[in-house]
Amino acid sequence: MNPLRPILLVDGNADDVERTRYALEQNGVSAELVVARDGITALQWLLGEGARGGTGPRDPQMVLLELGVAGGLQVLRRVREHARTRFLPVVILTSSREQRDVVESYQLGANSYVRKPVDRAEFVAVAREIVRYWVVLNEQVPIGASAP
Amino acid sequence: MKPLRPILLVEDNPDDVELTRHALERNNIRNALVVAPDGVVALRLLFGDGAAPDTPVLEPQVMLLDLKLPLVDGLEVLRRVRDDPRTRFLPVVVLTSSSEERDLVESYRLGANSYVRKPVDFTAFVEAARELGLYWLLLNEPIDAPRVAGPAGVKT
Repeated sequence: MNPLRPILLVDGNADDVERTRYALEQNGVSAELVVARDGITALQWLLGEGARGGTGPRDPQMVLLELGVAGGLQVLRRVREHARTRFLPVVILTSSREQRDVVESYQLGANSYVRKPVDRAEFVAVAREIVRYWVVLNEQVPIGASAP
Repeated sequence: MKPLRPILLVEDNPDDVELTRHALERNNIRNALVVAPDGVVALRLLFGDGAAPDTPVLEPQVMLLDLKLPLVDGLEVLRRVRDDPRTRFLPVVVLTSSSEERDLVESYRLGANSYVRKPVDFTAFVEAARELGLYWLLLNEPIDAPRVAGPAGVKT
């Protein structure tokens, strides 16, 4: 089996980052968790956009995206526009309770939309299930196959 | 509590249908499982039947879609589902034994939410069906009443 590529978590909430990290550890998923606290940092890491030399684009296993970060929806939009990341699984994991965020996320091509539970134990269980589904069960387009 | 929306399983292999049903029941997933054995039946369930316009259409929470189907194949079903405003955002999981890369790429290109290879092993199949059910019925948030917004919106 190929070594797992990292999971990109775009979230500015330190508690939620810690909960997600804990969920991964519990799952025994050995993928590195890369955290971007805002959309610009996420896009720099993903696409090498605006990076100051040296760091090329990176290919994560999936993206977990909190819409509440600055530039949250922009991450989804850019990921879907870009040939290399067009088919990358993006799961919205958010505290937003707004129906228009659900609609807009699907319009922009999110694979899935999950509301963050408030309760810590529930949050960890949900994050665990998300990672297990997308990393273990779901098949994704191999890197390179999605290139134009 | 909102009424449970059904699962639409588009699958022509009766063994796989039974396995899926068994896995869902065993995991206390109480949503109805509606089975379409080919693409024509799937499209008729989703969009209605010109010959019987009063028959209510199905509004599933998720569609599990095999690719190799009689009459109209899975990719064509997916294309039509994404082309229609009533089902544009319906979560679609391609559930197939195909391991061809072009099926994978084409499924995502046409807008599948997820692609899962059917495990050959019985236990693994039951486990996969359990995960599919839990994920798409309990975790994932679909768009509420997507059909209301469509130009061909259906009365509820």
